[in-house]
Amino acid sequence: MAQAVKQIKDILFLIFFLIVIPFFFKNDFYYEIAILSLLNAIICIGLNLLMGYAGQISLGHGGFAALGAYITVILSSIYDISPAVSLLVSLVFMAFFAFVISKPILKLEGHYLAMATLGVGVIIYIAVNAQADLTGGPDGMGVDIFKIFGFEFDSNIKWYILSSILLILVIVTFKNIINSPYGRILRGIHDSNQAVSSVGADVARYKSYVFVISVVIAALAGSMYAFFSGFISPAEASFNRSIELVVMVVFGGIGRVYGALLGAVFLTVLPQLLTSFEDYQTLIYGVIIIFVMIFMPKGIISLFDKLGKTNAHS
Amino acid sequence: MNEFFQLLLSGVTVGFIYALVGMGFTVIYNSSGIINFAQGEFVMAGGMSAVFLLKWGIPFWLAFLLAIIITAFLGVVLYKLIDISKEHSVISMIILTLGYSIALRGLAEVVFDKELHTLPSFVKDGTFSIYGATLTYQALLVMITSVIIVISLYLFFNKTKTGKAMLALSDNKDSAKLMGVDINKILMLNFIISAVIAGVGGLLLAPITSTNYEIGIMLGLKGFSAAVIGGLSKPFGAVVGGLLLGILESLVAGYISSEYKDAVAFVALLGILFFMPGGIFSNLKAKRV
Repeated sequence: MAQAVKQIKDILFLIFFLIVIPFFFKNDFYYEIAILSLLNAIICIGLNLLMGYAGQISLGHGGFAALGAYITVILSSIYDISPAVSLLVSLVFMAFFAFVISKPILKLEGHYLAMATLGVGVIIYIAVNAQADLTGGPDGMGVDIFKIFGFEFDSNIKWYILSSILLILVIVTFKNIINSPYGRILRGIHDSNQAVSSVGADVARYKSYVFVISVVIAALAGSMYAFFSGFISPAEASFNRSIELVVMVVFGGIGRVYGALLGAVFLTVLPQLLTSFEDYQTLIYGVIIIFVMIFMPKGIISLFDKLGKTNAHS
Repeated sequence: MNEFFQLLLSGVTVGFIYALVGMGFTVIYNSSGIINFAQGEFVMAGGMSAVFLLKWGIPFWLAFLLAIIITAFLGVVLYKLIDISKEHSVISMIILTLGYSIALRGLAEVVFDKELHTLPSFVKDGTFSIYGATLTYQALLVMITSVIIVISLYLFFNKTKTGKAMLALSDNKDSAKLMGVDINKILMLNFIISAVIAGVGGLLLAPITSTNYEIGIMLGLKGFSAAVIGGLSKPFGAVVGGLLLGILESLVAGYISSEYKDAVAFVALLGILFFMPGGIFSNLKAKRV
C-alpha cells in the first residue's frame, strides 16, 4: 500500500515537473531538446523493461525504432494514408515482427543474444540505406505533419505536451507490468531462468511478450520523432544509435524506471552542452561512459539513492 | 570463370583481415569471457597511427613498429579499465568496451583527423596475374602475413609454456591458479596479443582500402561475425569464419547486389546463431546457461 502511494506521488511529482519546466525555456531550441529527451526516455523505459527486468540486452533497438518509423512515414507520405492510421498499422506490424524474431533470438543468452539483436539492427540499417526508392536512401526523406482527427501537431508546445503524455502513459504501463504477477515472473527470469520454469511459468513466452512491448514502444517513439522533426534518415537505425539507447539505460540505472528517464535526459542534453568542445565531444562522451561503468555500475540514479538515505538519517 | 576467380581472390584478401579481427575477439573472449567491442578500433588505431607517424616524418619501419606498440598499449589500457571495474556482468562489460571504442574514435578524431587516408603500399606497387585474375602485391602480402600470424599463434598456444598456460586458463581458472599460473599477467598478455593482431590487420589493410577514424565500427562487427561463425572460443575457427565471410561477401557484391554486400556478415551471423550457435565446427546445440 505504501508502495502504491509512493508511486502515485512520484508520478504526480513528474507531472508537476513537466508542467513547470517549460517556463524556464528561453527559445524553441530548448523545446526541441526537451521533446527529444522525452522521446528518448520513452524508448529507454521500454528497453529497460527488457534489460533490467527480463535480463535481456538488445543492441538493435535503434534499428527497431527506425524500422517502425520508416513504415509509418512510408505509409503516410508515399501512400497518403492518414498519419494516425499509418502509425497504428506500423505498430501492429512491429509487434508481429518482434514476436516472430523473438522466437529464435530469445533462445540465446548473454553475449549471443546481444549479437543476434545487433545483427538484426544492422541489417535494418543496411536495408533502409539500400531501398532508396522507398526511404530516400542515405539522404533520408521528409515527413508530413502529424495529425489526428484533423488536429495538427504543428508547434513545439503541442509536441511537448504529446510527448509528456506518452511518457506518463509508458511509465504507468511499466509500473503496472512490474507490479503485476507478470512482473514477479520477469524479475525471476532476470535472476534465474531455471527457478522460474521449475515453478511452471513459461519463461520463453514472458520473455517474448516483454521483447514485443519494448519494440513497439521504441517504434512508437521513433515514429513520433520522425513526425516531430519532419525528417528521417538511416542514422536513426545505425549501430551507434542502438548503443546510445543502451548506454542511456545503463547510465541512468538499469532496472529503474526513473533511472532510464534520468539517463535519457542527461545523455540527450549533454552533447548539447558539449557543442562548444565540438572536436572533443565523442571523446568526452566515451570517457564518461567508461567512468560511469567503472565507478557507478548501478547508474547515476544510485547517487540520488545515497542522497535520499543521508537526508533520512540526518 | 575468370571473374569468379577474381572475386574469390579479392574475397580471400579481405577475408584474412576479418580473420585477424575475429581472432582478436576469440583471444580475449577465451581468457576473460568478455566480448571486446573495441576490437575494430584497435584495427583503426594500427592503420591511422602508421599513416600519421609517416606524415610526421618518422621512417617507414619505425612508424610501423610504433603503430603496433601504440595498439598494444591500447590493449593494456582496456585490460586495466576492466580490472578496476566494480562489476563484471555481461551487460556492464559490453557497455564498458563500447564506451572504450567510442573514446578511441573520439581520440582519433582529436589526435588525427576525420579525413580518409591511405598508406603507401609496403611492397612494390602494381599487380601480377595468376590464372587469369589480377592481384596486387599488397594483397599478396596481406595473405602471406596473415598466414604467418596464424601459424605463429598456433605454435605459441600449443608449443610454448606461456601459450599453454593461457589455454589452461580458458579451460579452468581455479586449477590454472593452483598450478601457479599468474592469472593477471596472462590476462593482460591476452589483451596485448589481441590488440597487436588487430593492429597488424589495420596496417595491412590501410594500403588496400582507405582508412579513417570510423573504419573500426564495420570492421569490428564483421570480425565479430567471423568469430561467431568459427565458434566464439576457437581462434582458428575465426580464421575459417573470416575467409568464408570475405569470399561470400565478394561473391554477393559481384553477382547479386553491391548495396547488400555489407548485410552478408550479419545474415550469416544470425544464421549461425539460430541454427548452430557453437559455430560451423560444432553440431551440438550449444545453449550457454
